Amino acid sequence: MKNNFLKGISNAIPIALGYLSVSFGFGILAVKSGLSITAATIISATNLTSAGQAAGIAIIAEGGGLLEMALAQLTINLRYALMAISLSQNLSDSFNFPKRALLSFGITDEIFAVAVSRPKKVTPSYMAGLIFISFLGWTGGTFLGASAGKLLPAAITNAMGIVLYGMFLAIIIPPARKQLSVLIVVIISAMISIFFRYMIPSMSAGFAVIICAVAASVAGAILFPIKDEEEKE
Amino acid sequence: MTLALYIIVMAGVTYLIRMIPFSFFRKKIKSRFFRSFLYYIPYAVLSAMTIPAIFYSTGNMITAIVGTIIAVILAYLNLPLIVVALSASAAALITGIFI
Repeated sequence: MKNNFLKGISNAIPIALGYLSVSFGFGILAVKSGLSITAATIISATNLTSAGQAAGIAIIAEGGGLLEMALAQLTINLRYALMAISLSQNLSDSFNFPKRALLSFGITDEIFAVAVSRPKKVTPSYMAGLIFISFLGWTGGTFLGASAGKLLPAAITNAMGIVLYGMFLAIIIPPARKQLSVLIVVIISAMISIFFRYMIPSMSAGFAVIICAVAASVAGAILFPIKDEEEKE
Repeated sequence: MTLALYIIVMAGVTYLIRMIPFSFFRKKIKSRFFRSFLYYIPYAVLSAMTIPAIFYSTGNMITAIVGTIIAVILAYLNLPLIVVALSASAAALITGIFI
């Protein structure tokens, strides 16, 4: 049990280090958009997700509605539902309801990728180890970034503003390079996003992302329905 | 307080999206259309969030464009996420020194 927890921690150290630097960038963005250090840190501690939080602080900064916030989070984070379903097929028997309900909080892209590729059944203590160290990296990095915003020279904090987006590109580009369908979906979504930004500047950030993502994904699903083996990617 | 409400909605929706399928779902999704839709959603979301926002992320469009180009090249070469992200930032920082 304890051994599994430590195994989880050691498997997630690379994730935690990555989170530390990306959330540092998020902390800087959050403070720039008008949030306090405390608020930025609480958001990271309660959400544990990059894209959802980035959209969330944009909606807060614009004074968007709560419904917009809920729909944006639903669209942006819908992928976690799919990961949760996939991961739930490979859990050990000791994973009872309270443990599922608790540890589901820590399903992120990276934690999912590590857990799902584990050859053995995933135990609660292993998953707790993965989440524990990743959570520290994500929340700690946000706190440091939000605090450093005022201490570091503007040149550095400005440059750190691109970190989160750089990571997004690193997630999108390799599959877009391999699969024409993903490339086309990505281009459609980007084109609609550019259209909203410059042609309908009054459109709020949250709704813009929702419409772009749903429209591009529906187009993808119609034009290029996936085969079964692509599903796990 | 409105900020607290925003955070509660954000965290609550995000948690339920993870918790409900993880705790209750035992069957596979049958609809091919819906599975395809879910497959493309992450890429579409990240694309819309990145473009054109990335060009405004550093407060200077020239440094942001250089950072973006570096990120695209390194991502194309399949380098790890963190290498791509930090290199983009370093490229933006270095460009900022020269302009």
